[in-house]
Amino acid sequence: MTRIVGTDSEATVTLKHALRRGDFQLDVDVQIPTTGITGLFGESGSGKTTLLRCIAGLETDLSHDSRPVHERGVGYVFQEPRLFPHLDVRRNIEFGLRRSSGAKIDQPQVVEMLGLAELLDRKPDGLSGGEAQRVAIAAVLLRSPQLVLMDEPLASLDQRRKDELLPYLDRLHDELSVPMIYVSHSIDEVSRLCDHLLLIDNGKIVAGGELHEMLARLDLPMLSGTNAGSVIEARPWRYNRNYDLTQFNFSGGELSVPGLYDTNLRSVRLRIAAHDVSICLSRPDDTTILNVLSAEIDDVQASGPSSALVRLLVGTDYLLALVTRRSVARLDLKKGDQVFAQVKSVTVRR
Amino acid sequence: MDELTGISIFAPLLLSAQLAFVTTVVLLLVGTPIAWWLSRTRSRFKAVAQAIVAMPIVLPPTVIGFYLLILLGPNGAIGSWWVQLTGTALTFSFSGLVIASCVYSLPFAVQPLQSAFESLPQQTLEFAWTQGASKLDAFFAVAVPMSVRGFIGASVLAFAHTLGEFGVVLMVGGNIPGETRVISIAIYDQVETLNYGAAHQMSLLLLMFAFVVLFGMFVINRRWSVR
Repeated sequence: MTRIVGTDSEATVTLKHALRRGDFQLDVDVQIPTTGITGLFGESGSGKTTLLRCIAGLETDLSHDSRPVHERGVGYVFQEPRLFPHLDVRRNIEFGLRRSSGAKIDQPQVVEMLGLAELLDRKPDGLSGGEAQRVAIAAVLLRSPQLVLMDEPLASLDQRRKDELLPYLDRLHDELSVPMIYVSHSIDEVSRLCDHLLLIDNGKIVAGGELHEMLARLDLPMLSGTNAGSVIEARPWRYNRNYDLTQFNFSGGELSVPGLYDTNLRSVRLRIAAHDVSICLSRPDDTTILNVLSAEIDDVQASGPSSALVRLLVGTDYLLALVTRRSVARLDLKKGDQVFAQVKSVTVRR
Repeated sequence: MDELTGISIFAPLLLSAQLAFVTTVVLLLVGTPIAWWLSRTRSRFKAVAQAIVAMPIVLPPTVIGFYLLILLGPNGAIGSWWVQLTGTALTFSFSGLVIASCVYSLPFAVQPLQSAFESLPQQTLEFAWTQGASKLDAFFAVAVPMSVRGFIGASVLAFAHTLGEFGVVLMVGGNIPGETRVISIAIYDQVETLNYGAAHQMSLLLLMFAFVVLFGMFVINRRWSVR
């Protein structure tokens, strides 16, 4: 049973669903905030899609919620866009609008936001995968659902189409206030788009919380190894035309990133993967790495037989570094040490 | 062609067309829910239901006609009830012929609809439900327009097959001019009385009709590429 309680900033969505199918058992009882996007992160087969289908009412779970699917006010963006082939794009996005009572979302705004103006008269079979997914998202939003479910909306697209669609999803995040659950098995997508994070494994929610805090935790096996990384909010400050580098400011200093970014933006989200961060005891002056930040070690945890995760405090932000246990021992890294972090690569949310 | 044969061709033809039209309408109304159920159910009775629906394809029309004659007759289960209700007998009447034709042509309406419904992706229906459409709303707004080919196929086959029926009509309806003398019976009549000219005219008409209708259906099926 999914319940949405309250409308202020303290409001929560309660997800309580249980289901048994063969060996698989889903058992979820969790609250998520109604503001922002909640990422539901887990491997294939962990129950992500099953949970979404229970919330939407497409699976009969043990919560005995007898409301039919169409009365639940839950919008569902499926992995593969499922548009109506006999209707043009305009009628596709108006389908749900006509069937919703309290439409609050402005149709021209959604059409503009998802770049659909030129597609309105086309039929779905003439659309690319990315275009069709944008149409599906617009259709779902226009129904003004109380909760939007997105089930890996990028998974069926190739990298080029993904890069094409992602900026639209960024805009949804910035401009809409509908609570949204975004399912993905890509930590990059989740850390780019989400504000909160739920980790699901084998049908159970193993951890949940605010994104930055979750990413900074070293005790979650699902967020170690190649998935480990941190997210910081930074402000594009100036562009160096000579070297095609944009400089970002954040609490811990400056970061230079290749490419031109809009310096009028107040804040953008930078993701730094833990395997792209290395640690030096003294400031390295003879390195090709552009970004060297002074940092304090906040915690060190072994994350595998050979690897360890080091949490670094840089200003007020956290960075994670994935290093070998041998290096930890050799450099005697421990909490409170003043060190330098070398950042090899930064992903920017445009 | 003298006036007499003109009339004797025209009346059975019109009656056949009327019968086929009414039967087609009834079959679309009755066949659609049956086909929908068959296409979606996982019930163990599905095979039984499918076999019952398909039986008219393999049974000799005389067998169907014989049982219908018993069932629809004034002492039969349906026939006696009909007599109480309307005061007239079902056998050897147009209404009786409609019922018989519906039984006889049922598979020809159900099977094209069922295969159209089966090729309808469940995902598209789920999208319609999550977009606020009730099951019934989604059926009419999504399933029906996406199954247009199935409806065209079912209509054409039910209509054409009813037009070509002979054995069942002979058993249940007999040969009453203006009431049950459909074109196939009229042709048989003319041949019996060695009136080959009139038989030719009517046979040729049916032959051409069958060709045009089937040809048209295949053309439409090829062009109408609703996925």
